[in-house]
Amino acid sequence: MLELIVISTLNGVLFGMLLFLMASGLTVIFSMLGVLNFAHASFYMLGAFFGFQVSRWLGFWPALVIAPVLAGAIGAGVERFGLRRVHRNGHVAELLFTFGLAFVIEEIVQIIWGKSPVDFRVPPLLDFPAFTVFSTNYPAYKMFMLLVSIAIFAGLLIVLKKTRIGLIVQAALTHPHMVAHLGHNVGRIFMLVFGVGTALAAVAGVIAGPALVTQSNMAGLLGPILFVVVVVGGLGSLPGAFIASLLIGLVQTFAVSMNGSLAGAFGPLGPDYASTWLADIWGVTIAQIAPIMPYVLLVLILIFRPIGLLGTRDT
Amino acid sequence: MSDTASAVAPPLPSVADKLKFYGLWLVTAAVLVLLPYVFGSGGSLTTFCLIGISIIFSLSYNILLGQTGMLSFGHAVYYGLGGFLVIHAINIIGANKLPIPLPIVPLIGGLTGLLFAALLGWVSTQRSGTAFAMISLGVAELIASSALILRTFFGGEAGVSANRTKLLKVFGWSFGPQIQIYYLVAAWTLIAVVAMYALTRTPLGRMCNAVRDNPERVQFVGYNPHTVRYIAFCFAGFFAGIAGALAAINFEIANSAYLGAAQSGTVLFAAYIGGIGFFIGPIVGAIFVTFLSLGLSDLTQVWQLYFGLIFMVVVLFAPGGITGLLMMHRPLIRAGTLLKVLPSYLFALAPTLAMIAGLVGTIETIVHYTVNPGDDSHIKAFGVGFDAASPLVWGLSAVLLIGGYAVARTTWRWIGRAWSEATTLARDKGGAA
Repeated sequence: MLELIVISTLNGVLFGMLLFLMASGLTVIFSMLGVLNFAHASFYMLGAFFGFQVSRWLGFWPALVIAPVLAGAIGAGVERFGLRRVHRNGHVAELLFTFGLAFVIEEIVQIIWGKSPVDFRVPPLLDFPAFTVFSTNYPAYKMFMLLVSIAIFAGLLIVLKKTRIGLIVQAALTHPHMVAHLGHNVGRIFMLVFGVGTALAAVAGVIAGPALVTQSNMAGLLGPILFVVVVVGGLGSLPGAFIASLLIGLVQTFAVSMNGSLAGAFGPLGPDYASTWLADIWGVTIAQIAPIMPYVLLVLILIFRPIGLLGTRDT
Repeated sequence: MSDTASAVAPPLPSVADKLKFYGLWLVTAAVLVLLPYVFGSGGSLTTFCLIGISIIFSLSYNILLGQTGMLSFGHAVYYGLGGFLVIHAINIIGANKLPIPLPIVPLIGGLTGLLFAALLGWVSTQRSGTAFAMISLGVAELIASSALILRTFFGGEAGVSANRTKLLKVFGWSFGPQIQIYYLVAAWTLIAVVAMYALTRTPLGRMCNAVRDNPERVQFVGYNPHTVRYIAFCFAGFFAGIAGALAAINFEIANSAYLGAAQSGTVLFAAYIGGIGFFIGPIVGAIFVTFLSLGLSDLTQVWQLYFGLIFMVVVLFAPGGITGLLMMHRPLIRAGTLLKVLPSYLFALAPTLAMIAGLVGTIETIVHYTVNPGDDSHIKAFGVGFDAASPLVWGLSAVLLIGGYAVARTTWRWIGRAWSEATTLARDKGGAA
């Protein structure tokens, strides 16, 4: 039991930090540009596939740098030549543009790399068990993932709190119009923020690629969870996104490792149900409902706190 | 206050206007009745059924997006649930020999859609704008994932099937042949379209527009925007349920794809490409997208890529959709200045087409090398055969794409100039009149 708790906590924090890598970019982009980038998870996927391709040619370590730079450049281009043009048609058009973009990116990835998973392996340097908890070996690569996410998290914190650009970004979180009035080159800042945000998502993609499955549907699988994170945390709130990422990471990981069901808990009490269609609810295990846990959390949050955990802005 | 109200209220329609209005619906009905006599083949009947279902679904979606300003990524939930309930209903009715004929069964789907919209809508419509979009996505994922867990009811991956011919027969119609299903779909499409059009003319429909344009003001006037959004959401769910029911009857099966994100995306594409600003927009979009998905899939392997690109072009350059583009010309036609822009369209046509041809050539060549690298390089796309391995084709594609773009850009600028001249002229004439 203790073993389960330790391993699940580690995995949950890891998954949560990965989610936050993406949610942070998404939140900053949303706060500054007012557009929720539907294609954000697609840049995560692009990161993973670029990482796979570059690591084939040059090895994993160059890929860790090159793939996010490539994806970030594409992101900046999308902002400069796409979103900026759509901006005058309103936020719905912007959201729809990124929705179409997500669709097109998935198609292009399918055309180039196919529909089946690609063979993106953990670099040999990190392919060993880091430590053993009770009887389970914990892979070093996962510790590496955790370290990278924490390092980027710390770097982001320093940039946001200590530098001039961070100051502008922070100001734009709460008073986007005032920042524009103060004479900053808003266009360039937007492009930069969009590029950096998508590059962060791509970093998550490169480091998650070898550990999870690198496949053309990975954006579609992760995207909705990412949006749950930003809504649960409160749209536009970075601390909220952080808490929600960890919460959802932990909830989902713990749910996957549990095997209980209603039938197991109250087995002798309700044999009548077992023959009707309620048998599905009766017999389903917590592990099986793990995929829907984030959405259940979303509905609960909406009922009890529609604005999100730490949300302040009503959009 | 009453003075302003009476001044603003539109005059009662004249007899001629009324005749024109009701005549239009009668003509539509007549066309729907006569259509199978003109295009009677099995393939075209199936296409018509798909179009009818898609029209109801897209129009129901537009109650949300176009009329109330709610961008939903999960509208297929109500469509799918309507479909599933109808399949189960047909099975139950057939097994118990209940006296319910097939033509009223879609109502069950509609009521199912309404019920679930009423259940889920209250939470979903708490927020508007971007938050609503994300919430609709989350709720849709919740339902779609639950459908895979509740296997007995939703039938897992395979879905649930039914036999529509086992129901009570009216006037000897068994609803086995496609032609009878066509008339069923056509009748329901007409009813649903009339009902949804009527809805836009009610005070509720007007309040929906007000909530879309200025929710704060609506609150000041004394309405609760949340309630208005909720009611609109319920109506949209009802009509989506009817569309899902008709789809289930048409295919005699309901599976988890009905509820999925792809289905929600398709209806969004259809409504937006058609144009969400006009009532007729989603109808145009539904017809266009159905033909496109049926036609493109025969012409090229990667039709979904083209589909996505078309959608992005519409969002970028024509936010009003197809109908929006056409309606833009109405003031020019009225003022008689349309001829000023037409020549510039003709000029732009050739380089734009050349650019598109170059793009298609490039995409198809790349597809050949990445998707089927081992196959014969003589490929056929859009009915044109060419050799994907020849450098001539590569060069031609590149020249067409880049050269076409360079020339087309200039001609697009001409269109812009001619357009602003024509509109200025039209406005001056309008001001003088």
